[in-house]
Amino acid sequence: MQVVADTWSWLTTGANWSGESGVWHRLAEHLYVSGAALLLACAVALPLGLWLGHLGKGGTLAVNLSNVGRAIPVFAVLALFMVSPLRNAGYVPTVVALVLFAIPPLLTHAYVGVREVDRAVVEAARGMGMSGGQLFRGVELPLARPMLMTGLRSAAVQVVATATIAAMVGQGGLGRIITAGFNTYDTPQVVAGAVLVALLALLVEALLVGADRLLRR
Amino acid sequence: MAGTNCLVTNDWICGEYLRTRSQELADATVQHVGITAASVLLGLAVAFPLALLVRARPRLAGAVLGLTTLLYTIPSLALFSLLLPLLGLSSALVVTGLVLYSLTILVRGVLAGLAAVPAETKEAARGMGYGSGRLLWEVELPLALPALMAGIRMATVSTIALTTVGSIVGRGGLGNLIEDALPTFFKAQVLTASVLCVLLAVTADLLLLGLQRLLTPWSRIRAARAGGA
Repeated sequence: MQVVADTWSWLTTGANWSGESGVWHRLAEHLYVSGAALLLACAVALPLGLWLGHLGKGGTLAVNLSNVGRAIPVFAVLALFMVSPLRNAGYVPTVVALVLFAIPPLLTHAYVGVREVDRAVVEAARGMGMSGGQLFRGVELPLARPMLMTGLRSAAVQVVATATIAAMVGQGGLGRIITAGFNTYDTPQVVAGAVLVALLALLVEALLVGADRLLRR
Repeated sequence: MAGTNCLVTNDWICGEYLRTRSQELADATVQHVGITAASVLLGLAVAFPLALLVRARPRLAGAVLGLTTLLYTIPSLALFSLLLPLLGLSSALVVTGLVLYSLTILVRGVLAGLAAVPAETKEAARGMGYGSGRLLWEVELPLALPALMAGIRMATVSTIALTTVGSIVGRGGLGNLIEDALPTFFKAQVLTASVLCVLLAVTADLLLLGLQRLLTPWSRIRAARAGGA
């Protein structure tokens, strides 16, 4: 497998890691846009999803939203931003497109997580005289945690993988390594870029699983 | 000539664009639909035996589900580029990539559907002398249809969205029009192709929902009875 050897040598060449189009710079861009998008999406989706779940309202909306997320063609959204005045706004187009993509799974999982807490437990807590806030903090939130973490993990992995599409419209991130290799018929570089993004996605998944284990103790 | 002006002024919505490029739009839509349909059908053809295998040998479940989930972490852009040396600049390349993505959703959908069939129903069918083949086709699959169709709908909708990324190799259906329009900031083309892409996803979802209703008449009868009682 010549490609494997060539990819390895691309990855182990120091020059490929430094400079404006080097791995470190692209990785920093990638982490910046993915992280910002994920944080913003959480800030919007989690409070809303948890609140709707607590009230038990808006269920159809929350559940159908997860399919909407998959239906969003991120490339089309990015392209629309890039032909609008937003194109001069630095990382904003990529971050906004990724936020739109990440909100649905987060919102759906938060809603379903709270909603699926055993009604008998909720009734018992109410019977013990817990207020709405106490019920939410002491019962619903802890029991919804596994579902919340599943939503967070799938959103994070998808955001990290999808952020590469930004390169197709000339925005930054690890995808640029792939498109640059693609344009110069440099297969080892394309493979190297793909491996780096996949590793990053798996690393993010592993970190979130680890964080979840720590929280559970 | 107000109509021509919107092409000159680069408006977002332009009737003149729709009129003069309708053939181009139709061709791109046909390519988009073709790639999506081929990907989902092939995905189903691969996912179905995989799910049956996992069900027969639960020990393989971890490996199969892990592998299909791992495929999902490879960015679409990278996957299409990686398959390039193997398949060249072709629709087969985009279809292969999309099939690999759809597996995550479809295998889980088939498994969830089969798992939802009540054990008593299967016992009853076995008691009536159904063999495992007949049990699968005549009892389990019809009962698994709602969950299975949910998986197919999800896979179809996400495949329609992902097909646009195939424009990296020039086989992205409506994505090609978007990519072509980017360097010149041709707003009408980007907007029209994007809207068509979303409309395509909504239409496909509704058609599949209709198909599911046709295939599971008993669920409507049950709903009607519950409503009437």
